[in-house]
Amino acid sequence: MSPMIRLSNIKKMYQMGDEEVHALSGVDIEIQKNEYVAIMGPSGSGKSTLMNVIGCLDTPTSGLYELNGTNVSEMNDNQLAKIRNKEIGFVFQTFNLLARSNVLHNVELPLIYGGVGSADRKRQANGAIERVGLGDRAHHKPNELSGGQRQRVAIARALVTNPSILLADEPTGNLDSKTGEEIMGLFDILHSEGNTIILVTHEEDIAAHAHRIVRIRDGKVEHDEKVKNRKIARAHTTTTA
Amino acid sequence: MRSFFNEVKEGLLISFQAIRANKMRSALTTLGIVIGIVSVTLMGTAIEGLDRAFTKSIAAIGADVLYVQKWPWGGGQEWWLIRNRKDIRIKHAKDLEKQATLAKAVAPATGTRRKVKYERKVVEDVVVVGTTEGFTETSGANIAFGRFFTSMESDGGRPVTVIGSEVATNLFPNENPIGKSIKVGNYGYRVVGVFDRQGSILGMESLDNRVYVPISRFFKEFAHARQGIQVMVKAASLEDVENAKEEVRGIMRKSRGLKPKEADDFAINQQEILVQTFNSIGVVIAGVGLFITGLALFVGGIGIMNIMFVSVTERTREIGIRKAIGAPRRTILLQFLVESAALCLLGGVIGLAIAFPLSLIIDQVLPTAMPLSVVGIALLVSVFVGVVSGFLPAFRASRLDPVDALRYE
Repeated sequence: MSPMIRLSNIKKMYQMGDEEVHALSGVDIEIQKNEYVAIMGPSGSGKSTLMNVIGCLDTPTSGLYELNGTNVSEMNDNQLAKIRNKEIGFVFQTFNLLARSNVLHNVELPLIYGGVGSADRKRQANGAIERVGLGDRAHHKPNELSGGQRQRVAIARALVTNPSILLADEPTGNLDSKTGEEIMGLFDILHSEGNTIILVTHEEDIAAHAHRIVRIRDGKVEHDEKVKNRKIARAHTTTTA
Repeated sequence: MRSFFNEVKEGLLISFQAIRANKMRSALTTLGIVIGIVSVTLMGTAIEGLDRAFTKSIAAIGADVLYVQKWPWGGGQEWWLIRNRKDIRIKHAKDLEKQATLAKAVAPATGTRRKVKYERKVVEDVVVVGTTEGFTETSGANIAFGRFFTSMESDGGRPVTVIGSEVATNLFPNENPIGKSIKVGNYGYRVVGVFDRQGSILGMESLDNRVYVPISRFFKEFAHARQGIQVMVKAASLEDVENAKEEVRGIMRKSRGLKPKEADDFAINQQEILVQTFNSIGVVIAGVGLFITGLALFVGGIGIMNIMFVSVTERTREIGIRKAIGAPRRTILLQFLVESAALCLLGGVIGLAIAFPLSLIIDQVLPTAMPLSVVGIALLVSVFVGVVSGFLPAFRASRLDPVDALRYE
């Protein structure tokens, strides 16, 4: 089986004044379907750039990126937008919900851009909201929700198109540790349901939920290994390592 | 197609949220558009009113009537040359009456102003018109009561008169005027008929504050024989007007003894000249109106563009989010275009809401109504201004880099 994500020799350079900055200098990673991978690294390591490339928000300067067997490294803006819409579900540290729209509309948004008709859209959006346990909050505005609930809305929005990968960037960074645990528990469940999850974090605790940790330093993969003592969120089971 | 529809709907939803969130700003921004739309609709309404008033009042002149006069309507020639022309006289009217084959009726007319009295009631400054029985045909005016004077009365210069409706209501508020004796100036006349209300020509001269008397008597009692007249010639039909005009010209030239190379020393006027003059005035008014409107809309459009740039900057992060979850450039472009158009449309609607009561005020002075086409044009124009002035900001928004936009604080 071909991998869901194949990155080979991905490089990304920025021009900062007269200086050339190598954010990524030759990254090779393969991620299989239904893997649960944490990408770790200190700030300035290039992990954010890597996440942007994997999330099709940015294109590499050179190298090959295949997502589901499609070469996305040379796509234009609009093609990338389509890939992001269909294949990738983003969960951000700051939630990034539309403040003026209610939960239902926030979750519907990717489907609107995907051209899904109104009735299907409502059905799928409500389904996703149910899945993250916010069925009774569908008509609330984000500012009427707690941080944990907002992140659940963001997860519902990421899930609603049934994407190939869920890409979470510090999803617990703005949450207290208890709420963070609950969110991680939700990711555990989504993973057990067959989703492929990529988690970008600098917290060992959070990364310990994943099955595999990729450590980035100076724009290169420093370490790539399976997690031996996997942490299972308390919300999911009572066992902790 | 369906997704385009969805995107427009989404765009409308977003713009209403944005407008509601920034009520004051939106209201101030649309001010330029509001002023532009108010001026375009009021201008349209006023032109409509002028049109109506004009059409109504020149109906009295008659499209198929030629006016043989010393002075041409609409100007154009040197006045000092025209002043020296010989006056038109009864003789010419008689020649026309005898010789014109394409004429249905010929009537000479001339006038002066006199007091008109009945018992103790006096109406000052009434226009006394001397004419013949042909006047009923050439004027096209209807008699409300009684009759016009006959050719016998006209030829014999009998002291009979037909009075205008205004004179009738002033002198005979509660009586039937027919058969009553009135005084026109110092001379006694018997009223034989009353005209229907005719209004005025171009709002200036009332056609109802008049009395009509046989022209032969007019020259005895009210005017020196040297006073010039005009001759009205009603063509046999509307199609014959141009031919009749040529015929009248020929008869007049002969009657006035002009040599073949001499220019006409008289004018043959007709309604068409007034229509042309009016239309050229209308073009000027519309041009000035269009310029003012265009200026207001241009300034308004710049205001919209400015605020849309602000809006795009404020919502950079929102644009980033939308792009991250899959909005293509076209969708972002459309969203901001729709927002800008909606803002302008709002301005247009407010403008119409202001202009409508104002048009009712205009209606008091100049009977009119806001034409539906003007309403439609106003709304279309405001949407157009919105799309044009929103394009640059929307284009900038659509080109934002999603990574940068998401990082924007």
